[in-house]
Amino acid sequence: MNKNPYSSHTDADRAAMLERVGIKSVDDLLTAIPKDALRPKLGLPTGMSELEIQAHLESLAAKNRTAGAGPFFLGGPVQRRYIPAAVPVLALRGEFLTAYTPYQPEVSQGTLQSIFEYQSLIAELLAMDVANSSMYEGGSAVAEAAFMAVRSTGRKKVVMASEVYFEFRRTVHTYAKGPDLEIVEVPARELASAAEGAACLIVQHPDAFGGLVDVRRIADAAHAAGALCIQVTEPHANALLEPPGALGVDIAVGEGQPLGIPMSFGGPYLGILACRTALVRQMPGRVVGETHDARGMRGFVNTLQTREQHIRREKATSNICTNEAIAAITAAVYLALMGPQGLGAAARLGVAKAHALAHRLAALPGCSVSTEGDFFDRFALRVPRLAAGREGSGFALRNALLVGDVLVEATAAHYGDRDDLIIQCTEMTADAEMDALVAAIESIAASARETVSTAR
Amino acid sequence: MTIRTQVIPDSGVKTSVPALEPLLVEIHEEGRAGRHVRGGEEADAQIPAAFRRKAPLGLPELTEPQVVRHFTHLAQLNYSVDTGMYPLGSCTMKYSPKINDRVASLFADLHPTQPQSTVQGALTLLADLEVMLAKLTGMDAVTLQPAAGAQAEFTAILMFKAYHQKRGEGAKRRRVIVPDTAHGTNPASAAMCGFEVTTVKSDAHGNIDLASLKAALRDDVVGLMLTNPNTLGLFEERLREVCDAVHAVGGLVYGDGANMNALLGVARPGDLGFDCIHINVHKTFSTPHGAGGPGAGPLCVKEPLRAFLPKPWIVRDDQGRFHLDTARDDQPPAGLGDSIGRVRTFLGNFGVLVRAYTYMRTLGEEGLVEASNDAILAANYLLAQLRDSYDVAFDRPCMHEFVLSATRQKKLGVSALDVGKALIDEGFHPPTVYFPLVVPEALMIEPTETEPRETLDAFAAAMIRIAERAKTDPASVKAAPKNAPLARLDEVHAARNPTLKWQRPT
Repeated sequence: MNKNPYSSHTDADRAAMLERVGIKSVDDLLTAIPKDALRPKLGLPTGMSELEIQAHLESLAAKNRTAGAGPFFLGGPVQRRYIPAAVPVLALRGEFLTAYTPYQPEVSQGTLQSIFEYQSLIAELLAMDVANSSMYEGGSAVAEAAFMAVRSTGRKKVVMASEVYFEFRRTVHTYAKGPDLEIVEVPARELASAAEGAACLIVQHPDAFGGLVDVRRIADAAHAAGALCIQVTEPHANALLEPPGALGVDIAVGEGQPLGIPMSFGGPYLGILACRTALVRQMPGRVVGETHDARGMRGFVNTLQTREQHIRREKATSNICTNEAIAAITAAVYLALMGPQGLGAAARLGVAKAHALAHRLAALPGCSVSTEGDFFDRFALRVPRLAAGREGSGFALRNALLVGDVLVEATAAHYGDRDDLIIQCTEMTADAEMDALVAAIESIAASARETVSTAR
Repeated sequence: MTIRTQVIPDSGVKTSVPALEPLLVEIHEEGRAGRHVRGGEEADAQIPAAFRRKAPLGLPELTEPQVVRHFTHLAQLNYSVDTGMYPLGSCTMKYSPKINDRVASLFADLHPTQPQSTVQGALTLLADLEVMLAKLTGMDAVTLQPAAGAQAEFTAILMFKAYHQKRGEGAKRRRVIVPDTAHGTNPASAAMCGFEVTTVKSDAHGNIDLASLKAALRDDVVGLMLTNPNTLGLFEERLREVCDAVHAVGGLVYGDGANMNALLGVARPGDLGFDCIHINVHKTFSTPHGAGGPGAGPLCVKEPLRAFLPKPWIVRDDQGRFHLDTARDDQPPAGLGDSIGRVRTFLGNFGVLVRAYTYMRTLGEEGLVEASNDAILAANYLLAQLRDSYDVAFDRPCMHEFVLSATRQKKLGVSALDVGKALIDEGFHPPTVYFPLVVPEALMIEPTETEPRETLDAFAAAMIRIAERAKTDPASVKAAPKNAPLARLDEVHAARNPTLKWQRPT
C-alpha cells in the first residue's frame, strides 16, 4: 500500500527498479550523506485521506469571515470585483495550470500566445508600448520599476509620493537596501520640485485616497530634470481615465489582481509592468514575442532573453524567474470576456457608487470627505472620534475596522498624521451595504460618547 | 505525440498569416459584447473632463462563446503534467493533486487587510505550515512571504547583508560565492543586493572544488549560495567541510532548495551546515507551476538569522490566537527592529501556500519520505537504462535527477536540443537542455516519483531510439518535431525584430 497516494509505484515495481539499478534499498545510493544526518525523524503529522483533508480545510475556512459575509468596503490594491464564470473555467484548465515555463515553444503555444495577448491587452489599456509577461505583485513591480530607472539614469535617488500605497512604499524601501538606493518620500504636490538628481519620480493615480493627480505635470518635471516618471496605476481606472502612456509616463506599474483574480488573502496576484520602447532592454522578467516556425506558421517565443538571469547571471536586469503566468493568462481571459464595455461598466459602477456614498456620508454631522480634490472609486472620510478603539489588521498595516458589522479601512500613521476612513466601492458594492455603512457612521457621529466597537 | 495540430479553418477570420489560432484582435468585431456587468453611466459626469480618457479603449469586442473556444483551443496546444511526463530537470514536474486546487478556493474571498479576528483560520494554517517547514528542514524560523525561489534568494542575501552590518562588518563583506553549477538566479540575486559574485568551479566528481573554494574565501565574503543536491543531481560529498570553511571566515551558507524533493526525510539541511534554505513549493510540494508561475518560496532560517526575517511575523498569543507583529511596523524603521522589512505587498502567495499545506498534510511524514525515496529510485532506474546510450556527466549514484551529455550524438551532428525536439515526437516533454553550464550538450532529466514504471520505461525506450536514429538517420532527428503544433521556431528573428504586442488589422 502506498504511503504517498500520488505515487504510481507498487512494491513489485520498486523491487524491479531496485534490481535494475543493482541495489538492495534506496539507502545504498545515499553514501554521500553524513551518517549522523541520515534519515532523521521529522515529527510531522501522519497522512490523511482526501475526505479527511477536505473536512480539515473546511474547518479552518469556517474560522474566517469572507468578504461576502457582510458589508465590505476594503480595497486599495486588492479589490472585490466580479469574476465572470468563464474566467476560472478557462484560465485554470490543466493544460495551462500544470505546464511549466514555456521553454519548448513547439509544445507551449497555448501559454505563449495567451501571454502575448495579455501583453497586448495591457499595452492597449495603459497606452504603453510594451508590457512584460508579469511580475510577482504590485509592490515588487514598483520596486523593479525603480531599479529600471536607476540603471537607465545612473542615479541612485528615488523620489516617491507619500500617497502611494503604504505596502508598495515599504516594499520599495526593502528592495532599495539591495543596491543601497536613497529613497525620498514627499507629498505628490511636492514631487515636481524634488526631481533634481532623481532617477525617477513615482506617483500613484488614482492615489491611495482615491484622489486624481495631475500626472502630466509630474512627468514633465521629471523629464526636465533628466529623470523618469513611474506611475502606479489601477487596471479599471484606465477604462475611464487618461492612461499613463498619454500622460508622458515612462514606466507604468500596478497590481493586476482586480482583473479576474481572487483576493486569496494576499496572493497569488499579478504585478503589471509596462514601459516605453526605449526602456525595453532594461525591463525585468520574461517577455513573449511573435515569430514564425520552420514552415512559415506564426508562433510565439520567449524573447529578449539576454536580459534574463538564466543567460546573463549576475549581469541580468533582475533575478526573477518564476513569475505569475497563470495570473496573466487569467487577466487576458478576463479582459477578453469583459471587453471595453464590460470593463468600462465595472469601473463606472465603482465611481458612481463611491460618489453616491460620499454624498450621503458627508451630510452626516462632523463628517467630511477628506480626499483632496476629485476622487475616483474610493475616498477618505473624516469621522469624529475614530481614534477611539481600533484593531490593527496586520498585513497592510492599514487598520481595518469592524464598525458594527461593516468592514472598512482606517488610515493610520503610515499615511502621515491622517486619521480617516478609506472607503472603496466597486461594481460589487450593494445598496444594502451602503445603507449599513451610513447607519454605522451615523451612530458614531450621532454620539460623541459612543466608541467604535472593535473586533476582538 | 498526441497534441492535435490545428490550423484555423477558412472562416472569415481576419488574419493574413497562417496560424494555429487567431489572435483575439483578429476575431474582434465592433458591436460584439457580453453582458457580465452593465450600468454606471452617471459616473461619466463625476470625472472632470481633464482626467478623462481621450482615445477610445481599443480592447477587442467578443462574445463569450468566442472567448471560450479561443482559450480552449490555446490550452489544447500546450503540453502539461496533466497531459504527460514532463521530465524537466531542476523543475520537479510532479503531479499536482486536484484536491489542493479545490480547498484553496475556500479562502478565495478573503481580503489581505481584514481584521485579524476575521482571518483566524487562514493565520492558523500559515502558522502550522511554518512549523512543518521548520521541522522538515531542521531550521528554527520561517517566512512565507517570498513569491518564488528567486525572491527567497534576494530576501536571504538582504538578510545576510543586515546580519553582517549588525556585526559591524557590512562595509568589508562584499563578495558572494556561487559554484559554476548554480542556477542563474543565484548570482543575479547576489548582484541585486549590490554584491560582487565570485564563481567557483566544480571538481572531477561533480562537487564544488574545495581547493578553489578555500582560495576564494577571505574575510570579505558575505556567504556561499549552494544547491544541494546540486544541479548535477549529486549530493555534495564534502558538504560539511564546505560549510565549515565558509563559516571559518565569518560567511554564511545559503541553501538553494530547488532540489529539496531528494531530501524529504532523507536529510535536513539544518543538520548539514546550512544557515538557511528556501523551499520551492511549486516543485517539492506539488503546487501547479501555472505555465511559469505562481510559485511560493518560503525561507527557513537558523536562529541567528531570525531577527532579520521580513515582517510582519505571525505570532501566537497566550489564548492561542494568531496575530501579526505589526504594532510598530507602521513607524519604520524603529518598528522593524532588525527585520529587513516586507519584500512584497502582503503576506505571501497564500493560495499557493494552502496547496502546499494540503499536500504535506495529505502525505504526512511517511508519505513525504516515500516521495523522496521513489523520486531517487526513479532517477537511478532511468539512469541505469540510459547510461549505455548517452554519456553520463559524472557517473556516480544520483539523487532525484541526473545529467546526461549528448557529446557522442553531437559528433554525429545531433545536439542536445535535437534530442529534446525528437522526444516531442515521441510524446514526451523534453528535459532541461544546456544546463548546468558545466556539462557540454547537457540533458538534465528529473522523472519525479509520480510517473508509473511503464512511463519511465517508455521514456527510456524513446531516448534509446533517438540515440539509435542519431547514428542511422541524424537528419530525421534534426528535423524534429514533426508531430507538434509547430515546427521549430525562429528565435533569432523574434529577438532581432521584437514584436511584443499585436498590430490591429487594418
